[in-house]
Amino acid sequence: MGAMGELLRRLGPAWATLLALLGTVLVAGLLLVAGGYDPFVAAGALVSGAVGSPEAFLSVTLVRSVPLILTGLAVALAFRAGVWNIGAEGQLYAGAVAAAWVGLSGGDLPAWILLPAVLAASAVAGVAWALVPTVMKLRLGVGEVITTLLMNFVGINLAAWAVHGPLQEARGVFPQTDPIAAGARLPALVPGSRLHVGFLLALVLAALLWGVLRWSRAGFVLRSVGASQPAARVAGRMNAPRAVFVAFLASGALAGLAGGVEVSGVTFALYEGLSPGWGYTAIAVALLAGLHPGAVVATGILFGALEGGAGSMQRVAGIPATWVIAVEALVILSVLAVDQLRRRVVRAAAHG
Amino acid sequence: MVESAALPAFFEASVRLGVPLALAALGETVTERSGVLNIGLEGSFIAGALGASLGALAVGSAATGVLAGGAAGLVVAAVFALFVVGLNTDQIITGTAVTLGGLGFTGAVYQARFGATGTALTLPTLSALPIPVLSDIPLVGRALFAQAPTAYLAYALAPALWYFLYRTEWGLELRAVGEAPAAAEAAGVRVGPTRAAAILFGGALAGVAGAHLALAHAGTFSENMSAGRGFIAIAVVVLGRWNPLWVLVAALFFGAASALQFFLQTLGLDLPYQLFLALPYLLTLAALAGWVGRSRAPAALALPWPRETPGA
Repeated sequence: MGAMGELLRRLGPAWATLLALLGTVLVAGLLLVAGGYDPFVAAGALVSGAVGSPEAFLSVTLVRSVPLILTGLAVALAFRAGVWNIGAEGQLYAGAVAAAWVGLSGGDLPAWILLPAVLAASAVAGVAWALVPTVMKLRLGVGEVITTLLMNFVGINLAAWAVHGPLQEARGVFPQTDPIAAGARLPALVPGSRLHVGFLLALVLAALLWGVLRWSRAGFVLRSVGASQPAARVAGRMNAPRAVFVAFLASGALAGLAGGVEVSGVTFALYEGLSPGWGYTAIAVALLAGLHPGAVVATGILFGALEGGAGSMQRVAGIPATWVIAVEALVILSVLAVDQLRRRVVRAAAHG
Repeated sequence: MVESAALPAFFEASVRLGVPLALAALGETVTERSGVLNIGLEGSFIAGALGASLGALAVGSAATGVLAGGAAGLVVAAVFALFVVGLNTDQIITGTAVTLGGLGFTGAVYQARFGATGTALTLPTLSALPIPVLSDIPLVGRALFAQAPTAYLAYALAPALWYFLYRTEWGLELRAVGEAPAAAEAAGVRVGPTRAAAILFGGALAGVAGAHLALAHAGTFSENMSAGRGFIAIAVVVLGRWNPLWVLVAALFFGAASALQFFLQTLGLDLPYQLFLALPYLLTLAALAGWVGRSRAPAALALPWPRETPGA
């Protein structure tokens, strides 16, 4: 396979990831040139907008990374169990609606009661949203790809209905809720910045998921199920449908929590169009991390920087912020391409 | 009693909303019959809408726009085929990326070309072409036979594709590739090229569907205007049990579910608008749970080919 093949063979998975990123940067740069933009001006604006100052890093990049890490963990967990949960977006919206509802009706309740209630409600709503496709998969044999996609649209419209109807602000002017109670808000993590405790929560959950997948019996079952369901059934008394059930619902809980944390930590209200597609970006986040919970934190921050810097890229270089969505697609495709090439080289080496 | 104008208007809206779904779903039926689940259909759909808009503006004719839309959908599907067939990547993940890329690039191209000001674009429209006699049938005549030419394409494609799939040798080979690729390969059918062709066909039709949406339905282009219709088309394929004739019926059913909100508004019922937007998705979920349930998908759908050697 020549020098390129030799290079790929020597590279481990982590290096393959870097190679995929390099490929993305290259293709994105060429496309920007084709579109008549200066890629270096674009990159400069993006970097300075994302990490140019401590304020930008804390209040833009890290704040943006929180929903991406949480939904990224949701996708990573589901994919590991062999569950194609494409529904993180809908689960996130369900969580956001539930969080806003509890946060609005909390009144003067102290934070130590109200805040856990808000977050628990968002996780439960995410579970409820994932329950429909889970049951349809396990009991009726309907594939989860289509059902989770459909539930996304139901979730988005649920939020739209909530802010136009029952949860609309008292003035009744804008499609948004009133601000949630003070006790329902996540406190700041770094004083003077917009970074909230939700970031810490995301880190803890990533570590927890890592530990569960790495050391627990449940983690072993999950990994086996993801690799091959029949094999997992044979290799001991593992209950594959139950593993799928638990992983699917836990994935929904994480995605729902992402919506709750966003409402409770950043917006303090529910809006139409709260998420710019985090549930889909999460797939890129999880894949680039190789479905590893620890690496999801890193890729989540990377994508947070990308989305955070997009605004300044638009202001400074006049490049539409929607480019970032296209770049996310390039990241996924690059990871897939490099991964397949690496496997081919490994196979060729094994047979040669 | 229902007002005399409300019911024909409801049927008309049902067909108008159902046609783009039918076109995209008929293409996806062929793709899935070859064993490929193309979640990137939404990307082809939105690219078709933008391609049609640019093409129609450049030449000033809606017919050219439809061709440009089909071509744009085909190009997006070619990226999907390159990865899924050429590199044997996972179909669902690749499809998600293609959809994201389609939405991102069309948004960026649109903003670069027309600015982000939000002023509506006025396009040459694909006007209705009433068929004499047939369009005079009471109640449903105008709904079915006074539509844009793309609607007639959908009507013609459904039986044509049925004949192709079940009565021709090529159709048999295509289905064999989707059911048992190893056996098909042993019998001399080339799995990769067959699947690539089926993907391109589906992408081109999704592009035409996007063109219909922009030129016959909306008369303008806006970002994300496909609004998940590519995904719904995939659900419509399941609803229609992978049979082109039933897929057309399922698409029109879905169009009717979407048109219901307008119908109930004309009846003076004040129901929450957003819940009606969710209705088609809920009905599809219910239909998947009840009616379709265990109906069988092509056996090799969404599986990689060639199969990965274990341990590699």
